Amino acid sequence: MKLAFYIHVPYCSKRCGYCDFNTYTPSELKITSGLDGISGAYIDLAIREINLAKNKIGQDITVGSIFFGGGTPSLMQPLDIGKVINKIKSDFHLTDSAEITLEVNPDSVDKYKLSKFLEVGVNRLSFGMQSAVPHVLKTLDRTHNPENLIKVTGWAKELGFNEISVDLIYGTPGESMQDWQQSIDSAISLPISHISAYALIVEPGTKLAAQIKRGDIEQLDDDLTAEKYIVADKSFSTAGFHWYELSNWAKNDSKSQHNLSYWNGENWWGIGPGAHSHINGDRFWNVKHPNTYKEKLQKNELPIQDFEILQASQIESERLMLSIRLTGGIETKSLNNQQIQDLSTYVKTGHLNLSDWQNGRATLTLNGRLIADRIVREILL
Amino acid sequence: MPAIPITKSPQPAATKPDQIRNFCIIAHIDHGKSTLADRMLGITGVVEDRNMRAQYLDRMDIERERGITIKSQAVRLPWRSGLDNQDYILNMIDTPGHVDFTYEVSRSLAACEGAILLVDCAQGIEAQTLANLYLAMENNLTIIPVLNKIDLPAAQPEKFAEELANLIGCKPEDCLRVSGKTGEGVEVLLDQIVKQIPPPVGDLSAATRALIFDSVYDSYRGVVTYVRVVDGHLSPRDQIQMYSTGVRHEMLEVGVISPEPMASNGLGVGEVGYLITGVKDVRQSRVGDTVTTYNNPAKIALAGYKDPKPMVFSGLFPLDGAEYPMLREALDKLQLNDAALVFEPESSAALGFGFRCGFLGLLHMEIVRERLEREAGLTLISTAPSVVYKVTLDDGKKIVVTNPSEYPDGKIAEVMEPIVKATILAPSEFIGTIMELCQQRRGAQKGMDYLSEDRIEIRYTLPLAEIVFDFFDQLKSRTRGYASLDYEPIAEEAGDLVKVDILLQGEKVDAFSQIVHRDKAYAYGVSMTGKLRDLIPRQQFEVPIQAAIGAKIIARENIRAIRKDVLAKCYGGDITRKRKLLEKQKEGKKRMKMVGRVEVPQEAFIAALTTDSDKASEKKK
Repeated sequence: MKLAFYIHVPYCSKRCGYCDFNTYTPSELKITSGLDGISGAYIDLAIREINLAKNKIGQDITVGSIFFGGGTPSLMQPLDIGKVINKIKSDFHLTDSAEITLEVNPDSVDKYKLSKFLEVGVNRLSFGMQSAVPHVLKTLDRTHNPENLIKVTGWAKELGFNEISVDLIYGTPGESMQDWQQSIDSAISLPISHISAYALIVEPGTKLAAQIKRGDIEQLDDDLTAEKYIVADKSFSTAGFHWYELSNWAKNDSKSQHNLSYWNGENWWGIGPGAHSHINGDRFWNVKHPNTYKEKLQKNELPIQDFEILQASQIESERLMLSIRLTGGIETKSLNNQQIQDLSTYVKTGHLNLSDWQNGRATLTLNGRLIADRIVREILL
Repeated sequence: MPAIPITKSPQPAATKPDQIRNFCIIAHIDHGKSTLADRMLGITGVVEDRNMRAQYLDRMDIERERGITIKSQAVRLPWRSGLDNQDYILNMIDTPGHVDFTYEVSRSLAACEGAILLVDCAQGIEAQTLANLYLAMENNLTIIPVLNKIDLPAAQPEKFAEELANLIGCKPEDCLRVSGKTGEGVEVLLDQIVKQIPPPVGDLSAATRALIFDSVYDSYRGVVTYVRVVDGHLSPRDQIQMYSTGVRHEMLEVGVISPEPMASNGLGVGEVGYLITGVKDVRQSRVGDTVTTYNNPAKIALAGYKDPKPMVFSGLFPLDGAEYPMLREALDKLQLNDAALVFEPESSAALGFGFRCGFLGLLHMEIVRERLEREAGLTLISTAPSVVYKVTLDDGKKIVVTNPSEYPDGKIAEVMEPIVKATILAPSEFIGTIMELCQQRRGAQKGMDYLSEDRIEIRYTLPLAEIVFDFFDQLKSRTRGYASLDYEPIAEEAGDLVKVDILLQGEKVDAFSQIVHRDKAYAYGVSMTGKLRDLIPRQQFEVPIQAAIGAKIIARENIRAIRKDVLAKCYGGDITRKRKLLEKQKEGKKRMKMVGRVEVPQEAFIAALTTDSDKASEKKK
């Protein structure tokens, strides 16, 4: 069986205003000494969970990717990251070409630390860039200096990282078209091979949601956000980054193998508090709080909060929902007559590509990508 | 203590007419009729304190919640008069207070010799009460003026006693003063009922004649018929006969309500009670008909009532088309109790299959709708109310139109619309605003009188269609709630009317068509297209909304195509969440109606068809 590992690191030195991820700051955890001491203890727990995973699903497993996400995994000590990689290598069959990604906060690393991550086996870095415009970063409540991106990606390149990605956010209130173009231009000038660009989502309960509700920050403008997507796709393509998933663009073969395993409905195990797993149609997810997570593992129990066994129709719905977002789209011969009929109206309106449709595939055009949810709702089971 | 135990009181079928007093209470909504009735039940001892609940007689949830009475009720109250120390039976016939239910009021009046005119002495008499008062006076009923709520700090009993005295021609000091809430003055009132209201007069030995004043379907017992015996008597062994149809029925039970049904040995002259015959359809036990006995049928019927005629029509459609058979069943059932409700199947391109229903007025319409939703668990869309138009075509052909979508296109020689006589009572400071509103609604002033120094009665004739279109809400809001309205149809007049159609993407939406006066067509078109622009979500294509008279476009709005409908992120933990969100959204889509290619949410229909967005909440206050 093929498996991807996701390792969640639920710690940040500060929570950003738009973020609703399962992550905790020292003050939320009532740690006065900061996060420096937390790496070793947390990684020990993660390793325990990997051990339990092995007991559950066996060792005859090929691991093609590991992804350290967060939170801020770059807060961890490189040696601790290395321990996780080694544990997976010793318990399972980790392929030679395995993609091992680390999400990096540009503020939290120097060149030396990056070199150590490379040494322990990390071979892909994903930097949280978000924007190159100071006032936009301020609205997002991000602390980093946009100049840092040039510096950190430069170091990474010099050190020999071949796969470098940046994350961008567009549609932030107050971000003009010029602002966004500046962020795009700034990203494509970096020595990188991959870009993820997400439209900002205002999640309920976040500081940003409260600020918008109070009127301190203006509402999102969906029409402007749509324009920004179109502009981004154009600039990225011109610079050689081609879309392969709705919010992801890559040069040549630099697609994220790990993320593709999500979108292709493959198996993955999520390690860490709140992490989700999917093994052959079973979904389960871990308890959310690091303390509960710790208690469970100290008792040598899988820290699972709840699970869901997908029915065939749900598996099919997920397949449609995920594959429509990929360049390959959906093979029309896998659809029933009603679904084909429902989709054909979107071919007429130019939201699905006509020549692909005639060749048996439902693939999104640029305008189609912007209303992908609307289209997939039509054919959901 | 003048309450007497029920068992020791004069018994049904053994009560002499001169021991009986039959009365009803005429009052406006909120003037405290149900509270007073509750108090009477308590003081006469028919309901023990521990069984008392507020508004005991209002049977339906809707009645209790809205504080209004929809169906009449008759309760037998034993009472020992404090004036002569004799035992009496008081039959209280509860009547609805709203203008829509005038026909129910007139039934109740025919069963009584007297009426209590109950007026809130913080508010004064209201237009609808006035109308019912005139009705009672026409029926030669003895009127006892009563000022209620004297316990309120804002009570002005002197002022309103003056007003009542002017209206009914008595002295201000003849107005009794009570508080249904505290019970003050209620015993005096009961004594005055005995003293002032004449006992019923009838021939004990003549052939039995009893007037049906209400007929209610009960799912356990079949039809329960409420009667007032005029001559002769009814006994449990009788075979009865309906005068109008000549049909014979077995009597299964006869009894009185006190306040729960109680079988009795029969009913004598002047008594009020119920009978059950096993009939399953109220139409076989028609209100206004005369009950007589099979063995000795009466030769002459009692004067009945005119059948109420529906004045306002609206389409009712189930939100979920599959609920159509349930809607039919629920309407059938409601009609068992509500002879004024008429309906026939209707199909709408936009709303599917439903029923065109006729109502007595707006409140009647609202109550029927609410009962259908509540009692049958249906979710309904009702189209904008319409009145009855009589259209004459150029070729002399005549058509009756109760549904705007049936309005003929072109070649119309004349359209007649119903005209009502409206009476508005309000503080005199609002004369200007009220006249302005009536002028805007094509009204013609017919007169104005001062009821007291600062209260006026204004009379207008107005097209009913104008009243149906949010007139009452406007009147209330422009007079800060002080004005009250009553109206009755008086004539039909020719009007310069046109039909305005609403088109979505060039396609006519029949549910939104409306017949309006030519001068108001433009305003209607602009307001409707504007409302729909705000209510219909953006689609993946542009949707023009137009208002048109025939082929002429009079207003236009545009819904721009949606640009973005996608969530950017979709990683591990997002997948379940996203699938569930999409499934939920898809479920929501099923509640959309397709108009051509345009998805219109049910809420848009409901909101667009509601003349005033805060109307529903306003009414419930």
